[in-house]
Amino acid sequence: MSESATGTLTAPEQPAKRSRPGGTLYRGNEGMWSWVLHRITGVAIFFFLLVHILDTALVRVSPEAYNVVIGAYQTPIMGLGEVALVGAIVFHAYNGLRIILVDFWSWATRHQRLLFYIVIALWVITMLGFTPRHLINVFSH
Amino acid sequence: MTTIEAPRSPSRPARRGVNLEKWGWIYMRVSGVLLVVLIFGHLFVNLLVGEGVKAIDFGFVAGKWASPFWQWYDFFLLWFALIHGANGMRTLVNDYTNPGKVQTTLKVALGAAVVVLLTLGTLVIFTFDACPAGSPAELLPSFCPAA
Repeated sequence: MSESATGTLTAPEQPAKRSRPGGTLYRGNEGMWSWVLHRITGVAIFFFLLVHILDTALVRVSPEAYNVVIGAYQTPIMGLGEVALVGAIVFHAYNGLRIILVDFWSWATRHQRLLFYIVIALWVITMLGFTPRHLINVFSH
Repeated sequence: MTTIEAPRSPSRPARRGVNLEKWGWIYMRVSGVLLVVLIFGHLFVNLLVGEGVKAIDFGFVAGKWASPFWQWYDFFLLWFALIHGANGMRTLVNDYTNPGKVQTTLKVALGAAVVVLLTLGTLVIFTFDACPAGSPAELLPSFCPAA
């Protein structure tokens, strides 16, 4: 991709050399995988949100009903599920910010690939902070 | 004789009125930024502070919703998140179904879920009773007369 900001389209200096097609579907590479992950995490978060509104609504039924259901969120298996949920949310959040930058800022449009790896790096850092703390809460007390 | 149109003249006249798809696109970005702040705050307070998920029970929710700040926080979280999620699901329905009965049914189901859950959630937040009569005292927040 040409880095010139003259507003004209310039051909790459040399044709892209590929030993094999990029990926197997669509256009492949980082752009496709960020899109795939954004979809999958988005759908997962949506269905959790539907359940989460309903379980929270139990506070209007009785303290007993709410405590029984929220107790299910405190089991070891659901504790691991919460790591997956937070992982999905954090990726969707960071990649969503990347999409906004790519949409509105030409530098980011040209460097969307770099931004994808920054998203992955920030995701790893965030999960390294969250996961031990959360699992200690789940598996102790 | 063939006439050549001016460059970049639209192939059909622009539709008049509000461009809902454009506003949907803008909504996803504006609400997305707000949701990063709201959800990260929600996760921090509920999962990282103190004993995290183990501390959540009826008394925990009652303690938060004793403050109008957390009532309105959760109100905006509910509305921004559910509409953002449903609009995203609408994109998937458009991508993976053809116009027709199935697509219409899915979109009606999405819209109905949004209306029902926004109504339910908003009522729960603002009609919440922290000290319901007849409940065991040990389940109630400490500020209840019965506790």
